[in-house]
Amino acid sequence: MELELTEEQKLLQKTLRDFAQKEILPGIIERDKQGEFPWRIIQGLARLGLMGMLIPEAYGGIGVDHLTYALAIEELARFDASIALTLSAHNSLGLSHIYKFGTEEQKGRFLPPLARGERLCAWALTEPQAGSDALAIETTAIQKGDKWILNGRKVFITQGSLAEVCVVMARTDKSRGKEGISSFIVEKGTAGFSVGKREEKLGMRCSDTAELIFEDCAIPKDNLLGRVNEGYAELLEVLEGGRIGMGAMAVGIARGCLEEALMYSKQRKQFGKPICDFQAIQWMLTDMATEIDAARMLVHKAAWLKDQGKRCPLEASQAKLFASEVAMRAAIKAVQILGGYGYMKECHVERYFRDAKLCEIGEGTSEVQRLVISRELLK
Amino acid sequence: MNIVVCIKQVPSTETAPRPSPRPPFIDTTGLSWVINPFDEYAIEEALRIKERQGKGEVTVITLGPESAREALMGALALGADRAVHIIGETHLGIDSYATAYLLCQAIKGRPFDLILCGKEAVDDQNGAAGIQLAELLDIPHVAVITRLSVDASGKAVVHRQIEGGTEVLECPLPALFTCQKGLNEPRYPSLPGIMKAKKKPYEVVPATGLAPQEVWGPGARVSVKEVSLLPTRKVGKKLQAGAAEMVEDLVKFVREEVRII
Ligand SMILES: Cc1cc2nc3c(=O)[nH]c(=O)nc-3n(C[C@H](O)[C@H](O)[C@H](O)COP(=O)(O)OP(=O)(O)OC[C@H]3O[C@@H](n4cnc5c(N)ncnc54)[C@H](O)[C@@H]3O)c2cc1C
Ligand SMILES: Cc1cc2nc3c(=O)[nH]c(=O)nc-3n(C[C@H](O)[C@H](O)[C@H](O)COP(=O)(O)OP(=O)(O)OC[C@H]3O[C@@H](n4cnc5c(N)ncnc54)[C@H](O)[C@@H]3O)c2cc1C
Repeated sequence: MELELTEEQKLLQKTLRDFAQKEILPGIIERDKQGEFPWRIIQGLARLGLMGMLIPEAYGGIGVDHLTYALAIEELARFDASIALTLSAHNSLGLSHIYKFGTEEQKGRFLPPLARGERLCAWALTEPQAGSDALAIETTAIQKGDKWILNGRKVFITQGSLAEVCVVMARTDKSRGKEGISSFIVEKGTAGFSVGKREEKLGMRCSDTAELIFEDCAIPKDNLLGRVNEGYAELLEVLEGGRIGMGAMAVGIARGCLEEALMYSKQRKQFGKPICDFQAIQWMLTDMATEIDAARMLVHKAAWLKDQGKRCPLEASQAKLFASEVAMRAAIKAVQILGGYGYMKECHVERYFRDAKLCEIGEGTSEVQRLVISRELLK
Repeated sequence: MNIVVCIKQVPSTETAPRPSPRPPFIDTTGLSWVINPFDEYAIEEALRIKERQGKGEVTVITLGPESAREALMGALALGADRAVHIIGETHLGIDSYATAYLLCQAIKGRPFDLILCGKEAVDDQNGAAGIQLAELLDIPHVAVITRLSVDASGKAVVHRQIEGGTEVLECPLPALFTCQKGLNEPRYPSLPGIMKAKKKPYEVVPATGLAPQEVWGPGARVSVKEVSLLPTRKVGKKLQAGAAEMVEDLVKFVREEVRII
């Protein structure tokens, strides 16, 4: 594993930092207050090719490796985690699922407009009764003639109300556990498919989170994604990529916390000197920096494994678990270092603090990551 | 149309450089480097002309140390077709004449219809290399342009902002123009652009092979002796009280402390 980034990777980081400073930061505090989805910025990122990062050129994407992908997500999350979440759900869940398990016909039909960012993709697993316990999903899909009929509800779905294409997991065999789940591609506008509640959230407020409702929603038989009843194993594999994305996002948030805290602590004077002269502050900064580097290494290791074509359930979960907890700790420290100002909306760390929490919940809570890791260890 | 764009790598304005006693007279540790912002307008304009015409080639050229490769790679990622890197330490006895001389040596054997530069580099703010290059190549030049159109008959029409108005000038090609803010809105490098940059032709030319010692190195016409920061401004004085007392305090302050009356 190469530790030095390539010229292309460094250029990408620089480009995204530049883009973020000029296009993302202006108006960010107001957008966060309003919970406004940043369409203009997403379109800008689409023009740069960031909506099809993991998809080969043949399907309208760019086809970079997971390591480069992780660097891009980190860089965006450094400034705006909501945007990173939008891209992460689109790229490493939705599009990767279709690319990895779709038929040639499905890939040719669905991927190009998604990879070009003309349409958004959502990935819907969670249900009111099935969060950590994904096997408890109750949404059903029953084959009738040349159609699949979907019934059920999905909750907390990222870009749920905006996506034109949704990958939806449903039960196709009630009598079996793991071997009774399948995935489907559902397009917006299909009769029987509607968007329910749009959530008001603590953080990640500029990312769209919504409920999806399926009432006798009939989709073509060809929209079955992957193998029938094998959906669970497939979605676990997709989640490995997703967790790399979420880990990178957490590293980005944590880095934002550190950079803001460093800057502030050099300028802020109390007791006649910059507060960065106090050891109490220095140690917080030190811990943040060290943990962030460690978290990034874990994320990169999982990404590297994925790029070698290897499975990485253990490493992806370790990266996601550790990075998300690092992000939360970094956010707590950053707010602390900024004192009263850190508690105020004008300071970015207040937003990072709220955004960071999602990383410990989405794509499997910290407890679920520990469950996955312990299962791998005790195999 | 063959377009040459001259670019320079400069410290980002985000970081404040500190002076240092030895060449390059600024402490470069911890600085981040970018393409000179005015050169970004030049690159963008070249790419737009090429895109409009549907043919042609954009060559970016820089004089700079090894690390200036990053700037050229950035330009290739934006869409330039080839890069020429004149390797030389820009700070070691390089004045704008020497820069122009080296650029001229590197450019003159190549086909070109148009040369674009930034109006100045934001680091030393000389604003001279571009126009000196035009003189050395013996081609027309217009500095600080905000609009450019080229036609098939080989003419260029440019706009430049002058005090209180706009000047419209016409000249035959080949010509050199230096670009000002307002000319266009530069794009960002796209991910495919970034991934393709490394596969494009990248020529390395050592500066020492291009110019004799009278121009380059110890023979430079102008050399930097020292760089210093502006003195920091003193904190202002705030007068507070009723209007009558403030006037009295002000007069006293101006007389006794500022001593201008
Ligand atoms: C902003 C946001 C975006 C999201 N986007 C998506 C999306 O795009 N697609 C999607 O499908 N889902 C999405 N989710 C849902 C997310 O994946 C779930 O919220 C998450 O998996 C947790 O499920 P839950 O909320 O039902 O919590 P629960 O599973 O009810 O968990 C509640 C608590 O119990 C703990 N717990 C549960 N089981 C165990 C156990 N066995 N041992 C120890 N502790 C346990 C959990 O760790 C947690 O602390 C999103 C959520 C949020 C908040
Ligand atoms: C919601 C809210 C309500 C408030 N209400 C009131 C109110 O009603 N009345 C009022 O007077 N104030 C109020 N405050 C202000 C509050 O008391 C201050 O924010 C607090 O005392 C910290 O001061 P500061 O924000 O200037 O941070 P700073 O003093 O700048 O501290 C910044 C960081 O440096 C650390 N630090 C500073 N000095 C040292 C040192 N010597 N050694 C180690 N670490 C150090 C701090 O612990 C902190 O982590 C309120 C603040 C908030 C957020």
